[in-house]
Amino acid sequence: MHYTSPIREPLINGNKSYHDITEDISRSIEQPPRLWWIALLISGTVATIGVLLILYTIWKGIGVWGLNKTVNWAWDITNFVWWIGIGHAGTLISAILLLFRQRWRTGVNRAAEAMTIFAVMCAGLFPLIHMGRIWMGFFIFPYPNTRGILWPNFNSPLLWDVFAISTYFTVSLLFWYTGLLPDIASIRDRTKGLARKIYSRLSFGWTGTAKQWQRFESLSLVLAGLSTPLVLSVHSIVSFDFATSVIPGWHTTIFPPYFVAGAIFSGFAMVLTLMLIARKVMGLEQYITIAHIESMNKIIVMTGSIVGIAYITEFFVAWYSGNVYEQWVFIRNRVADPFIFGPLLGVEPAPYWWAYWSMMTCNVLSPQIFWFKKLRRNVALTFIMSIFINIGMWFERFVIIVTSLHRDYIPSSWTYYSPTWVEVGIFVGTMGIFLTFFLIFCRYLPVIAMAEVKAILKVAGDQYIEKIAEKEKAEKEQTYLGGANLAGALHDKDDK
Amino acid sequence: MKHKYLVGVYNDDDVLLNAVTQARKEGYQMHEVFTPFPVHGLDEAMGLQDTRLHTIGFVFGAIGTLFALTAMSYIMSIDWKVIVGGKPFFSFPAYGPISFELTVLFASIGMTVVFYIRNGFSVLRDAEILDNRITDDKFVMAFCLKKYHEEADITKITGILKQSGAEEVYVKEMENELEANLIKKDGGVIVESHHH
Repeated sequence: MHYTSPIREPLINGNKSYHDITEDISRSIEQPPRLWWIALLISGTVATIGVLLILYTIWKGIGVWGLNKTVNWAWDITNFVWWIGIGHAGTLISAILLLFRQRWRTGVNRAAEAMTIFAVMCAGLFPLIHMGRIWMGFFIFPYPNTRGILWPNFNSPLLWDVFAISTYFTVSLLFWYTGLLPDIASIRDRTKGLARKIYSRLSFGWTGTAKQWQRFESLSLVLAGLSTPLVLSVHSIVSFDFATSVIPGWHTTIFPPYFVAGAIFSGFAMVLTLMLIARKVMGLEQYITIAHIESMNKIIVMTGSIVGIAYITEFFVAWYSGNVYEQWVFIRNRVADPFIFGPLLGVEPAPYWWAYWSMMTCNVLSPQIFWFKKLRRNVALTFIMSIFINIGMWFERFVIIVTSLHRDYIPSSWTYYSPTWVEVGIFVGTMGIFLTFFLIFCRYLPVIAMAEVKAILKVAGDQYIEKIAEKEKAEKEQTYLGGANLAGALHDKDDK
Repeated sequence: MKHKYLVGVYNDDDVLLNAVTQARKEGYQMHEVFTPFPVHGLDEAMGLQDTRLHTIGFVFGAIGTLFALTAMSYIMSIDWKVIVGGKPFFSFPAYGPISFELTVLFASIGMTVVFYIRNGFSVLRDAEILDNRITDDKFVMAFCLKKYHEEADITKITGILKQSGAEEVYVKEMENELEANLIKKDGGVIVESHHH
């Protein structure tokens, strides 16, 4: 029943039993590290500042941001796309890797799914605030109303976005919470008193019967099957916000796959940033192993390279199209730096050259180090790279949005955009909100899917892998000896 | 009235699977099996009816698609005609993304809600816990003593449980009756061996 290739690296180290898994993963809930309070205090403070600045924006109006008539959305939409992208890795790990039967997903899927939900929440904040009158936010949903039967425009990608993001959030939440039920029940059965009462409510009465598991497996598989095209559609639709417009720099047919690859790229970077800290602080090194980190780095180098090809294709097509406006955006607004390309092409440096080249360095050049196995398995380097990629991917969205907008068809409306302290504060604030939610999740819910890890123990636990390898070796020797005997027998026959 | 169950506790999923097969071979249908994680082939070994949850998912998904397409077509080409750059009022390709999203939304919500209802899950429900260690590392097989009340049967089942590797066998009284499983009409095939 259980078969695995003996060359596979173990995904669970330390000769664990099923009980050890429960113990190890429940520990951070039962005995939270002291660091947790400090982390919560810091992230809570940042979150509060963020919320206050959001209220300030709503109170005063969008005028407190650095937007102007030419650049009418910038920092907010950049943050929106960035946060949505961060969320994508969670769905990739929990859904796509489930369909591909990648066992290493079990070590990180729970936390990554939680990350998806919190990231989508942060993302959704930005378009809502940018509406200005947030209390009219419900106008975006189509429903029979008293405003003279006024419907939203179903041909608009902005409305598609409303549907995509709300569906994505809902499905991710259902998938995540239902997946949590068995593990919440595990915690419930270990606790006493008030905690038991609370976990009992949260577990919805899960008992682990064969029928429950049968339905659970069916639900997980179908939700994974639905989430897979869903996650691809979400970022495709986000890219339609730009691609269906006729702004040079946005009017690009490769946007959907380019955005999806970028989303997965940045999402994995964020998973690594958080999980490298979590595995250290919560002592989960035996469950989130170097093999997990290596697998994620492989995905990073692949998606990073796809993104790199997309940047180059986009540039090539702009140049090859012969369209002066396209060429202007790419060469004069983005690529031309004051040192190499500007002088080489004989043009003025682009106002945002630094953003373009930050993006290129962080996203395309630096991840290439992960072609080397030794570097893929280096924890400190992976952590630094994950931060780099997050910065690079933020710049990607900034470059797409601001460099395409800031120089209009009419030179008199050309401008330069820089954010105000309010915008920066709100962005940093969403990081605080995100981390606060993540910390609360780490404190009260199992960060690793216990039931799923137990289910792969016999194929991915180190003690079993060793046994399987020994057995394989013995079988091979047997075959070899058998072969020798057979050859001997044939030889004898020939003699006769 | 209290409900009594004869319970066998196992340490290992493979041992449990063989025990299930063995008990059914001897003609004893277990009331329920509890495991800490999904054990593949267990439902088959128990002769459980297949779940129809995925069909429910499909039905809800189809409703979602139809609802999205009809609603958008009605709104855009009958109820509220808006001229957008001379584009047709009925523009099918533009309905693609929302139709897809609503298909996924309906299927997921529908399936999940049915999952909770069929399992009887709710925030108000107190779990009927047979053994606290089930959600940790124990695999438990329970026989209903209302069904097998004769001494001979009890002795026989206890024998099967012990001989098939149960580390503990005991009788447990529960306040409420555990919901019985639907078994395949033909009783299901008895799966022979689960060893590798």
